Amino acid sequence: MIRSGLLLCLVFAAGCQGETAPASRAEIAAADVRSGYTFLTAETQALQDDEFANPGLLWVDRGEAMFQSTAETKQSCVSCHTDGLEGVAARYPALDPVSGDLLNIEGRINSCRTRHQGLDALPYESDALLSLTTYLAHQSAGRPSNVDVSGAAKDAYEKGRAYFLTRRGQFNLSCQQCHTKNWGMQLRGDTLSQGHGNGFPAYRLEWQSLGSLQRRLRDCDMGVRAEPLPFGDETYIALELYLASRAQGLALESPAVRR
Amino acid sequence: MPSIRLAVPKTAKRDEVIEIKALIQHDMESGFRRGSRGEVIPRNILTEFECIYNGERVFSAEFHPAIAANPILTFHTRAVDSGTLVFRWKDQNGQTWSENAAIEVT
Repeated sequence: MIRSGLLLCLVFAAGCQGETAPASRAEIAAADVRSGYTFLTAETQALQDDEFANPGLLWVDRGEAMFQSTAETKQSCVSCHTDGLEGVAARYPALDPVSGDLLNIEGRINSCRTRHQGLDALPYESDALLSLTTYLAHQSAGRPSNVDVSGAAKDAYEKGRAYFLTRRGQFNLSCQQCHTKNWGMQLRGDTLSQGHGNGFPAYRLEWQSLGSLQRRLRDCDMGVRAEPLPFGDETYIALELYLASRAQGLALESPAVRR
Repeated sequence: MPSIRLAVPKTAKRDEVIEIKALIQHDMESGFRRGSRGEVIPRNILTEFECIYNGERVFSAEFHPAIAANPILTFHTRAVDSGTLVFRWKDQNGQTWSENAAIEVT
């Protein structure tokens, strides 16, 4: 109920805002791109920065153990990826050269499991998949988001962009109305962020847990009272690509702490 | 087995007051929440924590439903002797998890 009230407020706020918003807000200028971190309170920032107490590190620890484990299969992750995977997450989502599909980190891990390790794919939001994705993303913490949207990835980029710009749900809101046109504005007690995914998988205080970017996207869709897409839907992966490209150059932060 | 993170200084001077942190992965489901179909999500919480330093209990805590998920505890103790600190959590069903940390006192 609280959330629907919030969004109704926004509908009115967005309506009034239309006249005064500068035209340049169709896209966020590169110099204005700001991480969700900068919209947090000092206390939440401190929790994210704490190298011991950041609760997302619980998943990083488990992911590291899984990366080296031979309990499920003789061929552990580290037996191929001997040098680790530093910086790799910053390039995802990316096209898979074998299948030609656009893969996010979750998809890449699962394709490794099924193709090379003889294991089953892990379901989204399972503790095991979250641990592995967070461990990989954490190895790219501090690296700038650097996805390739040229060539064959262009179609997916356009598809993701179209999803971001399309009004949906009972509130008839698009992602860009909050996160491109009105970031920094108050939505009741909350400040609208720019909607970057650079901190994900992230620990959200609202969830009291760690979750993937797609879980966050589903929450946004439900927030505007739209039907969320299923986990792993290719439109969501395309949207992840658009978001990463929109945040090009922004440092990754996983595991970030978010509201 | 939940993930556990401990912060205990590796070395300390005798009689120095040391800071200890212990973090455990746990849902701490309060029992007051409802799922998407209105069903009550059953309570599932940790109820007890203790820290035993060379056989002596130096810190303990009781947890109740209002404690947030993945609870972190920060407390202090006096470094008396080299040895082991045992950290033990117990949940409402009596299941326990523990982790050790060594300390060298000079």
